[in-house]
Amino acid sequence: MVGSEILIECLKREGVEVIFGYPGGQVLPIFDSIYDSDINFILPRHEQGAAHAADGYARATGKVGVCLATSGPGATNLTTGIATAYMDSIPMVAITGQVPTSLIGNDAFQEADMTGISRSITKHNYLVKDAKELAKIIREAFHIASTGRPGPVLIDIPKDVQVQDVEFVWPQDVNIRSYKPTYFGHPGQIKKAAKLIANAKRPVIYAGGGVITSSACPELKALAEKLNCPVTWTLMGIGCFPAKHELSLGMLGMHGTAYANHAIMEADLIIAVGARFDDRVTGRVDAFAPHAKVVHIDIDPTSISKNIKVDVPIVGDAKNILGQLIEEIKKTVDISDWLKIVETYKNKHPLTYKKEGHLIKPQYVIEELEELTQGNAIITTEVGQNQMWAAQWYKFEHPRTFISSGGLGTMGFGFPAAMGAKVGCPDKQVIDIAGDGSIQMNIQELATCVSNKINVKVFILNNGYLGMVRQWQELFFKKRYSQVAISSPDFVKLAESYGAVGIRVTKKDEVRPAIEKALSLDEVVFVDFQIEPEENVWPMVPTGKAINQMIDGLA
Amino acid sequence: MKHTISVLVENKFGVLARISGLFSARGFNIDSLAVGETEDKSVSRMTIVVDAKDERILEQVKKQLNKLIDIITVIDLTKKEFIERELVLVKISLSQINKAKLEVLLKKFSAQIVKANSKLAIVEACGDEQHLERLLSELKEFGYEELTRTGKIAINTE
Repeated sequence: MVGSEILIECLKREGVEVIFGYPGGQVLPIFDSIYDSDINFILPRHEQGAAHAADGYARATGKVGVCLATSGPGATNLTTGIATAYMDSIPMVAITGQVPTSLIGNDAFQEADMTGISRSITKHNYLVKDAKELAKIIREAFHIASTGRPGPVLIDIPKDVQVQDVEFVWPQDVNIRSYKPTYFGHPGQIKKAAKLIANAKRPVIYAGGGVITSSACPELKALAEKLNCPVTWTLMGIGCFPAKHELSLGMLGMHGTAYANHAIMEADLIIAVGARFDDRVTGRVDAFAPHAKVVHIDIDPTSISKNIKVDVPIVGDAKNILGQLIEEIKKTVDISDWLKIVETYKNKHPLTYKKEGHLIKPQYVIEELEELTQGNAIITTEVGQNQMWAAQWYKFEHPRTFISSGGLGTMGFGFPAAMGAKVGCPDKQVIDIAGDGSIQMNIQELATCVSNKINVKVFILNNGYLGMVRQWQELFFKKRYSQVAISSPDFVKLAESYGAVGIRVTKKDEVRPAIEKALSLDEVVFVDFQIEPEENVWPMVPTGKAINQMIDGLA
Repeated sequence: MKHTISVLVENKFGVLARISGLFSARGFNIDSLAVGETEDKSVSRMTIVVDAKDERILEQVKKQLNKLIDIITVIDLTKKEFIERELVLVKISLSQINKAKLEVLLKKFSAQIVKANSKLAIVEACGDEQHLERLLSELKEFGYEELTRTGKIAINTE
């Protein structure tokens, strides 16, 4: 078999259902093999769209997403998508064509050093120099991408390797001597943590994306309910715990709920699960949770004591460790006083917005969407105000239903990610909550969605601004609005010209019918909600402040 | 504080780039780095001397190294009994010096002239950091034109 046939055969054996990819000169043999293959292939209109779509597919399904591009510009166009997946620990395999091995290093046409370029944004990468190594490398790549702390793996395949004829040998198993993730928690550490937890008077569980990655949501709920312990989560953790549960505190951090932040600041124990104490969560680090001891469960040892000093680290898989902890904890102290205090935070500082005025409030759009989808849709977001409003106002009940670029904060992510999510979950409503700025960063994927009948819905919260930057300029740069007013095309006509449905909403009372219509149509729908132009995301922790020093602009 | 870290890695192309890339991306300082094959041809040993401001950074260096897929083990030798050695080559101009005096000095430090002509001599010396620093400081009096060092290699003695 030649290299390109081996590649396709290996992808099939790895269970790959769909490839998001774009052809080009140095992947011609691979596309020739794709011609004969029954793997679903989606052709985006830009390689960045391919990478985000593979990522969205992976986030929605938990499977490894696969994207493919040619050498040089095709490959470099994937990099933003790869970096996005890397920051959020998403399993992805990116395959790139490369110039023939004899030309590598010669500045050949469409040559780029992809293993060099992608080194710091991948979990691992490979340059395949011999087709005999290809099957082993692909097996390793899928193994590395999907185990331990997941992440993207890039495989760079020179054109001559794609046509090299060798015997195909499928490696029965993967054994990488230098890569052995830890899955079970150290029993001594579990005992220590259990003791701290059992004696905590003001505990808070702080859950991150790792809970979703390890499918530990049932165990997390069981632990919270066993302890009667309030739960807050990161942006990546959204969906790991039901938002409407009585122990739910919502998201914490810069745009988290005030009550979550107050609870963290008063806690005597933080049980961190699959979260990494990112600066958007901690605010001023030396003022973070001053009274709390910290138990930190994470599969990645580098996440532990990186930003916050941890008292009891437990390295391993969250699902296993939470299970071990639940067994180990026998009796706990009564924390009903703490729950009463948390309740007063909730009553005193609820999540709210000014509802008066005739203009459409973005929060209202999301509340209506949530009601009409009963919290059962997959919501993707772009980055900025749209992302924060979606995170705050849609009450997520299930894991893998909120898909957003958390770590890298990539504008233009939401639409192609929605496309990937819809391919992975065709029976679900998939809605991209977008801003008028972000949607224009990958709007070309309208053609992909329409031609493949990937019927996602895009709700544009159109305020004529790059809203989050405008908000910062309003608050911290004396309203000197520098390059944040942004013009847009007529989104309705634009959608229609691509063969999608466009709806414009300018009045409050049109919001609900428009959402109903968009959800009822089995077509790609763009809804242009013309919202209050200068609405802000509240509450907010200014940079350099402790997370209980929030401003809310609502007084 | 300086730490000597011994790292066993897969002997594959690109591994050094992964390690140097990690150090630069995360802002860690390398004092010296020496690479060579081991008794097992598929494995190389890197001896890295890092300058870590505090324990937290040192821990991060070790953990981040361990996280790289091609790294097999990371050992902080500073916490063990170990021997370290470094080789230096020094080029000394012979035109204006007392050669006999130089030879006495070299003997004291078990150093030797490995190549010489009428104009210059190449001195080779080996030892731990303290030994070499003392030698180099005493050699200053003779003036030297060029100096090159291998960086430390180390092995634990347990």
